[in-house]
Amino acid sequence: MALDSKMNRVFKVVGTRPPRPDGVEKVTGRAMYGADATAPGMLVGRILRSPHAHAIIKSIDVSAAEALKGVKAVVTAADFGVPDDLSIRDVQDNCMAQGKALYHGHAVAAVAANTAAIASQALKLIKVRYEVLPHVTDVDEAMRPGAPIVQEGRALENVAAGFSENVTSQCEFGHGDLEVGFAKADKVIERSFTTAATHQGYIEPHACLASMSPDGKGDLWCCTQGQFQVRTLCAEIMGMDASQLRVTASEIGGGFGGKTTVFIEPVALALSRKSGRPVKIVMTRDEVFKATGPTVSSSMDVKIGMTNDGRITAAQAQLRYQGGAFPCGTVEMGAQSAFACYNLDAVHTVGWNVLTNRPKEAAYRAPGAPMAIYAVESVVDELCQELGLDPLNVRLKNASTKGTKSSYGPTFDDIGLRATLEAAKAHPHCSAPLGPNQGRGLSCGFWFNFGGNTCVSLNINTDGTVGITEGNPDIGGSRAAISQMAAEELGVPYDKVRTIIADTNSLGYNDVTDGSRVTFSVGLATIEAARNAIKVMCGRVAKIWGIDEDAVIWEDGCAKPSGANAGDFTPMSIEEIAAISSNTGGPIAGHFEVNADGAGVSFGVHLADVEVDPETGATKILRYTVFQDAGKAVHPDYVEGQMQGGAVQGIGWALNEEYIYGKDGLLQNAGFLDYRVPVASDLPNIETVILEIPNPGHPYGVRGVGETPIVPPLATLSNAVARAIGIRLFELPMSPPKLLKAIRQKG
Amino acid sequence: MRNLHISTSVNGDQTEFVCAPDETLLDVLRNRLGLTGAKEGCGTGDCGACSVTLNGRLVCSCLVLGVEAEGAEIGTVEGLAMGDHLHPLQRNFIDHAALQCGICTPGILVAAKALLEKNPNPTDEEIRYWLAGNLCRCTGYDKIIKAVQIAAAEMRGA
Repeated sequence: MALDSKMNRVFKVVGTRPPRPDGVEKVTGRAMYGADATAPGMLVGRILRSPHAHAIIKSIDVSAAEALKGVKAVVTAADFGVPDDLSIRDVQDNCMAQGKALYHGHAVAAVAANTAAIASQALKLIKVRYEVLPHVTDVDEAMRPGAPIVQEGRALENVAAGFSENVTSQCEFGHGDLEVGFAKADKVIERSFTTAATHQGYIEPHACLASMSPDGKGDLWCCTQGQFQVRTLCAEIMGMDASQLRVTASEIGGGFGGKTTVFIEPVALALSRKSGRPVKIVMTRDEVFKATGPTVSSSMDVKIGMTNDGRITAAQAQLRYQGGAFPCGTVEMGAQSAFACYNLDAVHTVGWNVLTNRPKEAAYRAPGAPMAIYAVESVVDELCQELGLDPLNVRLKNASTKGTKSSYGPTFDDIGLRATLEAAKAHPHCSAPLGPNQGRGLSCGFWFNFGGNTCVSLNINTDGTVGITEGNPDIGGSRAAISQMAAEELGVPYDKVRTIIADTNSLGYNDVTDGSRVTFSVGLATIEAARNAIKVMCGRVAKIWGIDEDAVIWEDGCAKPSGANAGDFTPMSIEEIAAISSNTGGPIAGHFEVNADGAGVSFGVHLADVEVDPETGATKILRYTVFQDAGKAVHPDYVEGQMQGGAVQGIGWALNEEYIYGKDGLLQNAGFLDYRVPVASDLPNIETVILEIPNPGHPYGVRGVGETPIVPPLATLSNAVARAIGIRLFELPMSPPKLLKAIRQKG
Repeated sequence: MRNLHISTSVNGDQTEFVCAPDETLLDVLRNRLGLTGAKEGCGTGDCGACSVTLNGRLVCSCLVLGVEAEGAEIGTVEGLAMGDHLHPLQRNFIDHAALQCGICTPGILVAAKALLEKNPNPTDEEIRYWLAGNLCRCTGYDKIIKAVQIAAAEMRGA
């Protein structure tokens, strides 16, 4: 489709704010989440976890547990095979330790029993003999030669010499001559930063209900961002054909990337297979913190050169990410995104992924980007301070734009960074007065956005209403957006469309709900499926009218003759066409399958005013504004919701949230009391400004919006604090004790 | 431990159940009475997803024992709507996109209703402090505060 038609299109449904189709279920308590399902004869599964950070499992004696009345099955790693695929083996080993416990909370055995009380009692009867090993949880320590080795033989050949075996992979990106670039600078600043690991913090703990039958068929209900991914992983681990394992995604109580893999699902399936009964496992919050998700923690060096008038001449970063006890690829995304906001002649990033005795890192909203961009945006801000330059003007001067060769290779198409910066500059927030101990911070943010494998089936019901079957769990209102796009394309009212999320046996493969891909990819496939259905309907009408298919067009939910030459026919509505479909060739449907390309990168800019209390070191956010390019905001309420929710997760990361490990390698704050996510009273309103710079890769110009907003808050708040009290911290979180210490040291 | 027989009222209906002495009210509601609207997000009273009212008082049902329900009146999210007529809070949460994943929504609705019964005209700050015990990880709270304000205004006018 030509770009012009997109730009000029007047939308009727897209861009409005209708009620979401799953709203009533979710406000009445009727929506079924992971832990809400039951099955006849269901058992309760519980998992025994390692009390050590790093230990060889010498032996596991389950006899006493098995002998306990009411216990129906006990499983350990011995009950699982060895998958051929190394990444799947890692997933399995993370679900159930194989030979060695690699982190505090690593699963070592599991039981299924009649009641939760019996299951818990049985766990206490399992005797595990450990040989405790030295451990390492800090990324810099883990990289040094001589550090305790978490897993041997996992380092790729591309890792430079001189590191510990814990460094599993290395990546490099960039272009231009750094030496020449830095020589042109009037000021060069080089700083080192650290950020803590943070948890996605979804309020719904992982939960599943597995049912294996003796004929080898399996059913699995679970809260996940991707039922097809769950099927792939579980079928491989269980040695099943994909067709024999039906996975149904429950409503999902938050994921943010943390529910893109499996933790308890293979365990529940193994317990079900062994016991011959359905088994439900629901994690406790303690287990969620210890054994799922967190993001990487980081250690980073950034060096940037700038001229006196604010032009960046060269930029360089070294990023060291620890992703827990298994190899990960998160630093690649950090190294690619670090300088994506800037149009640079000379840029270079190097990244290393590192093993530690921590839980296996899981994706968390723009994985890898927030910390890298925090470091970069902090140094840019410090350069602005040193050179007496306006931070917004400096960003405008250096901003990536259409035609910029990005720091990670591709050349940008239409992008919204400059427009977003201009919007921030023009906003009243930018010029509002500040009081004592108050400061204003600013940061840009970026995310690639994903497309990926997508399948949509669209059925025209016999009454002319529309049923859509898609395969991506609705994590924040996507059913509404998909229904809107179908209604728009078909020219029918929004409330004539109902979108459902299919199980794995009802639709072709779909990638997980991640990378801000759903409204883009599923939307694109829905529009194309609608066009296919329209083509069928026009064909049927052409036959009825006895004219060429090309002479029938679709407008406002009706088939019409394309013009006077086509003949004088009364338009036929979708209801009329559907009602007689059995006489014109049978049911009418459209479907579309694609590995979607052209997701269109996303940029945002955040502005925050803070006040730091010099007595306590506490940072209060006085005002917060998010500016972001949404391409086309399909349902603006939920676009704003993504911008606000992402910003607040980033605020938590900046100010409070962190995984705290003791010298013993044990996690000290595995609960919401000690791992403090932002609460309502911590925050002001989060103002939003949506920009719409159409994405050329989508029929309506849509870009993903979910991830970018978590990126800017880290530097936004660090820069605001630096300007409020004249102290710049180089680590996150900027928790009150840390800030107070810095204030006192300054005197 | 022997199970105990409890007589109580849930959302105005006389209800009886048996439960273990150490069983939480949340587990009773979810596992024995089939009322899965209240969610367990933490089990330690830190997230508020299990919020219900006990004799009109807002509590975390994960911190209340099932046996404490004897002779009490329990209110859950399932009791908010009158038949097919949604409570103004429920309707405004949908109309103003105050939920994304929805897992915290039942607890927040119960908590917000308890607030408006005490204080029909709260300030934003009062709402924010009242709901500080209810974690939401999706919305950043902005649209929740606004939806509560709109519902409160509507209820004052009605």
